[in-house]
Amino acid sequence: MSIFVDETTRVVVQGLTGSQGRFHGLRNRDYGTRVVAGTSPGKGGTDVDGVPVYETVAEAVAETGATASFVVVPPRGACDAILEAAAAGIEFVVCITEGIPAQDECLTYNRLVEEFPTTRLLGPNCPGIISPGKTNIGITSGDIALAGGPVGIVSRSGTLTYQALHELSAQGVGQTTCVGIGGDPVPGTNFIDCLAAFEADPETKAVMMIGEIGGSEEERAAAFIAGHMTKPVVAYIAGVTAPPGRKMGHAGAIISGSVGTAQAKMDALAEAGATVALNPTEAGTKMVEVVAGLG
Amino acid sequence: MDLFEYQGKQYFARWGIPTSPGGVADTVDEAVTQAEAAGYPVVVKAQVKVGGRGKAGGIKLAADAGAVAKYADDILGMDIKGHIVRRLWVEHASDIAEEYYASFTLDRAAKKHLGMLSAEGGVEIEEVAATNPQAIARLYVDPVDGLDPETARMWVDAANLDPDARAQAAELMVTLYRCYVEGDCDLAEINPLILTTEGRVHALDAKVTLDDSAAYRHPEWEEYAATDTEDPREQMAKERGLQYIGLSGSVGIIANGAGLAMSTLDVVTQVGGSAANFLDIGGGANADVMAAALEVINSDPAVKSIFVNIFGGITRVDEVAQGVLDALGRVDIAAPIVLRLDGTNAEAGRQILAPHLSDRLVAEPTMLDGARRAVALAAR
Repeated sequence: MSIFVDETTRVVVQGLTGSQGRFHGLRNRDYGTRVVAGTSPGKGGTDVDGVPVYETVAEAVAETGATASFVVVPPRGACDAILEAAAAGIEFVVCITEGIPAQDECLTYNRLVEEFPTTRLLGPNCPGIISPGKTNIGITSGDIALAGGPVGIVSRSGTLTYQALHELSAQGVGQTTCVGIGGDPVPGTNFIDCLAAFEADPETKAVMMIGEIGGSEEERAAAFIAGHMTKPVVAYIAGVTAPPGRKMGHAGAIISGSVGTAQAKMDALAEAGATVALNPTEAGTKMVEVVAGLG
Repeated sequence: MDLFEYQGKQYFARWGIPTSPGGVADTVDEAVTQAEAAGYPVVVKAQVKVGGRGKAGGIKLAADAGAVAKYADDILGMDIKGHIVRRLWVEHASDIAEEYYASFTLDRAAKKHLGMLSAEGGVEIEEVAATNPQAIARLYVDPVDGLDPETARMWVDAANLDPDARAQAAELMVTLYRCYVEGDCDLAEINPLILTTEGRVHALDAKVTLDDSAAYRHPEWEEYAATDTEDPREQMAKERGLQYIGLSGSVGIIANGAGLAMSTLDVVTQVGGSAANFLDIGGGANADVMAAALEVINSDPAVKSIFVNIFGGITRVDEVAQGVLDALGRVDIAAPIVLRLDGTNAEAGRQILAPHLSDRLVAEPTMLDGARRAVALAAR
């Protein structure tokens, strides 16, 4: 099985007529994703390589039965696009847009939670989700993934998500689902959401988690792993050698204390029982060992 | 983007947050002129984007023109934790009765805005947070609801400010929240927020961090961008729209995505090298971006080799490869380049580069191999 999406997921691409929307939307379709519609204001009634384009997500849902959306819209329109999808009844929204102002993102997250609690947002600023052999929604290159499981991947960093897929596939270890949650301040889906879904998924036998410096999401994930995960977790945190970043006045220090450094995250994960790797290649090697030991 | 204190105060003033009368000065004469206008006594304050100015001698109280001239001369050019003072803020000195702390920032874990207010403001606020956390009244604000005056009044009561300060402080907190939201701040902090002996509440300092992602709707931020960075390499990168942080090693790093860029730094260090920089060319990088990145790295004489580590997603590797060749045609790149290319259109990218590979332009199959090669080349 896969988490959040599968081969029956019907996708509407918001922004399909733009250059990025067209490239990635059609590439997702070529992978096997059921890309059933696109939207683009002013271009309803046209099509992109046979995919019908509608004025609104509501129309696309009514005409094609879309259940998920892929938002490929520039920063100033992305939040409206997310809320439009939610209002149209879309249950799973993938937003890859990079550079959405934090104020807009925080407002949109809270509006989703309060007004559209059944909609799950993945991103913004994320690579998307791929369930190898079933569906690929986002900007991940499908040929680096390997179908058949047994590993689930969750990652905060886009390019490190690809690196993780690549390391596992190169060693013949397949994936059930790979979720890129994105590195923005207020992601719609977090580590714990994905860890819980992988724990509940019978086909996922182990989880690779890729985090990075900043914030406290990895520490919270570590607490979840300690309390709720029976499946083995291999973790890598990027940024051990990163220069100390800008310190956000006193407020950042007061909120986070010593939390947020790569070392603090690695220590928390190791203490929670996860296997902690020092670089992406080592994470791949350690996961191969974990999978070999599953029996 | 962090603002200087004077920029933060000017930013606050747009929303009507009260500050002391004052002005900026780049010379001793200008400092005296500003002091005359503000009215003695004045405070002469070093403008640097680092904490601990007062302890370093960068903030002085002056009673007359002679004292202003002396302190301005002392402070201009001063090195405070690696930051050279080039500008002063001179303002009328306030008679302080009480010092408070006030801020708004985003609490990522709560996914809400977090206001913090304390009656124990001043330089030791982090100490207060560690030893006496209940002295800080925290207020989570749902951005859907915003901050209304009644909630602000209850918050100010909870923070236990002096009764004389409460009405003004509550109004000021609503204004500060508006500045934080409408002004697209990542942080809006006042430390100290003071109650004067005349019973006025106003901001004696300003720490403002702007959200760079919102720059498109704030054309007025351009004046801040011009003074944002001192490192000439960082200034050059900024002009080209690149995420760059200068470091002190010898391996120049170019990667796409902050995570991969950080991971590349980690791996270069783990194989015995040291990075000259962090440079994230971002998603959707094309030939122009890659050429600009190579130009910036090339301007750093400490760079002995360059490791280009690309895993294409939205970034198309063939465009990156073309960018490398374009840059080599445009600029004479001093250091050898090691390339590791994977992901979207990687095969096409490798084919573009294949005829051009040499001992100055090397391809490696993996991130670890690439890092080892770049470190070996830098050590030669």
